[in-house]
Amino acid sequence: MTSLAPADGVFALLWLLVAIPLASATVLLVGGRRTDRWGHLLGTLAPVTSFGLGVVMFVQLLGRGQEERSIGQTLYTWVDVGGFSADMGLLYDQLSALFVLLITGVGSLIHIYSIGYMAHDDQRRRFFGYLNLFVAAMLLLVLADNYLALFLGWEGVGLASYLLIGFWQYKNSAAVAAKKAFLVNRVGDLGMTVAIMLMFATFNSFSYAGVAAGIEDASGTVQTLLGLLLLLAACGKSAQVPLQSWLLDAMEGPTPVSALIHAATMVTAGVYLVVRSSFIYETTSVASTAVVIVGLVTVLVGAIIGCAKDDIKKVLAGSTMSQIGYMMLAAGIGPAGYAFAIFHLLTHGFFKANMFLGAGSVMHAMGDDVDMRHFGGLRSLMPVTFLTFVMGYLSIIGFPGFAGFWSKDKIIEAAFADNVVVGVGALLAAGITAFYMTRLMLMTFFGERRWRDGVRPHESPAVMTVPLVVLAAGSAAGGVLLINSWIVDWLEPVVGAEVGHEEGVQPWVLSLAVLVAVVAGVAAAWLLFGRRVPATAPAGSPLTRAARADLYGDAINEGLFMRPGQYLTRSLVYFDNRGVDGAVNGLAALVGGTSGRIRRIQTGYVRSYALAMLAGALLLVLSLLAVNLT
Amino acid sequence: MSATPFLTLSALLFTIGAFGVLVRRNAIVVFMCVELMLNATNLAFVTFSRVNGNLDGQIAAFFVMVVAAAEVVVGLAIITSIFRTRRSASVDDASLLKY
Repeated sequence: MTSLAPADGVFALLWLLVAIPLASATVLLVGGRRTDRWGHLLGTLAPVTSFGLGVVMFVQLLGRGQEERSIGQTLYTWVDVGGFSADMGLLYDQLSALFVLLITGVGSLIHIYSIGYMAHDDQRRRFFGYLNLFVAAMLLLVLADNYLALFLGWEGVGLASYLLIGFWQYKNSAAVAAKKAFLVNRVGDLGMTVAIMLMFATFNSFSYAGVAAGIEDASGTVQTLLGLLLLLAACGKSAQVPLQSWLLDAMEGPTPVSALIHAATMVTAGVYLVVRSSFIYETTSVASTAVVIVGLVTVLVGAIIGCAKDDIKKVLAGSTMSQIGYMMLAAGIGPAGYAFAIFHLLTHGFFKANMFLGAGSVMHAMGDDVDMRHFGGLRSLMPVTFLTFVMGYLSIIGFPGFAGFWSKDKIIEAAFADNVVVGVGALLAAGITAFYMTRLMLMTFFGERRWRDGVRPHESPAVMTVPLVVLAAGSAAGGVLLINSWIVDWLEPVVGAEVGHEEGVQPWVLSLAVLVAVVAGVAAAWLLFGRRVPATAPAGSPLTRAARADLYGDAINEGLFMRPGQYLTRSLVYFDNRGVDGAVNGLAALVGGTSGRIRRIQTGYVRSYALAMLAGALLLVLSLLAVNLT
Repeated sequence: MSATPFLTLSALLFTIGAFGVLVRRNAIVVFMCVELMLNATNLAFVTFSRVNGNLDGQIAAFFVMVVAAAEVVVGLAIITSIFRTRRSASVDDASLLKY
């Protein structure tokens, strides 16, 4: 890792990136109803300002030399107790810079979109307060220069996610989904906390620089353990198998939330964590292989779930899991994959946010219905939504020239270079992706109109369609980042260079193979859903039913953890009632009963006491005599 | 002069006193029996004092008398007040302090 440059010039304002949305969130949440009238405007202004600042900083960073691009700013001493001290420090480097642009850029667009989407909600101000809180926490997460500050942001986005999933908390399903997301994330956070403790115990530091300096000399166990614990944390936040179950339920939140938090930014924090900790994964092949396996499994699981759902948002959620699986897979491969993981993360941020907002626009038009079997034939009525959705669609399936084509192709290429099995899995998932996305398009925008009675679809207002257009442009043109391998060179100082790349298969052969898979997927979807879509879902094959039930993710969790946990608590309660309480109560009853019998001796008659005294005295005298005589 | 007759008398008096304490019901008589026991021990003290030829036993006897005098004052006061409230001097009637 290169040495840090001081935060001078515009970079002295680094802390403002986080502080602006945080201040706005504070005003909106503390101000209460008084801020109702202008709350959404302030809430939108905050990320836009941060975005402006982020762009200025990014341009400055571009103008700097390679070795001056890591900028550190120590804000204050956070904790200083005995041998334990932690600084609150920010790190702005090539990786953080891209994330800042993504978070504030996509975040700003989604804020603007929300003004229209939430216009009829009388809690709109609270919504913007939470969104600002999320942006602040997410920026802290990517700007922190140590794991402890990262953890603060990590928990902050978790909190914002919880609050926003349960935004309509009067709906039972939303409240339950929020709780589920929070609890599943706790499991992942356990890995994070233990990893931080382990870092402090081993390296006496939890800054990236400190850990990176010591990791080479640490024992193999520590290296592997750190890698696996951080992977657990990443799985929780990024909804990777085995902690994937919360993401599908998280779609209970308002759609802009699904777009911002559960597609574009927060769920990618796990990928950020793995890439940021590349120095750890470089030292342990066990943990990095585990990352690849988790990624590969999730790619397929997410894609299969996406194929069977009729809820438009859940299809997109399954797709998000699957795409993040691609990123994980790339990040696990090592230096050959880090840059492409981040590249796919950026393009995915664009096209998935685009499609989620498009889905929100459709729901807005259909009276908050999410069942795609009630859609159909919307393309002529909602031309802007349709065209922007097509951009996102072409991007995600990897249509040549669109952003997703470049990023996904590169990942599949890297996967084949790493291991043929992984490569084939990634290729297969690309075909399935094309299938479920085509299915979504056909069911929503094409075919006959299967609308419910009383639904009058209409195009959304400009405040919602303009962000769609901008995001669609990003989905189409995101590939420019790869010109001259720009993004690979840009990230090289952070994640390390690729060493000794051997060409396994010619890239053009692979591109062709991916195209064939995609065309096959599209054709299959066309054959099945192109002409007629039944208004009620058919029973389907066992695989379809399994996919509808999220591949039994919840059932597995319940069977494996919930039931045994319940048995354990029940038996503990039984033991406590009968065993512990029984022993205590039994002892008390024994003492009480005995004393009840013994007190009969107290007759109250003087003579009996006198007799007792005499007997005692005699006994004493006799014993004294006995002792003396012998 | 042998000490045996004095000690025998002391033991006899003590036994009579102890027996009286145990079997009599009248509080006054019980009280007198206690005095009898005390005086029996006094006799033994004085006897041993003479046998050993020092004054320790005599002094102990004086102490016992002083204590007995104080005890009589308190004891008679208690008996009197019990008699006033309960119209009885029987020790078996004063048996409230029990389970």
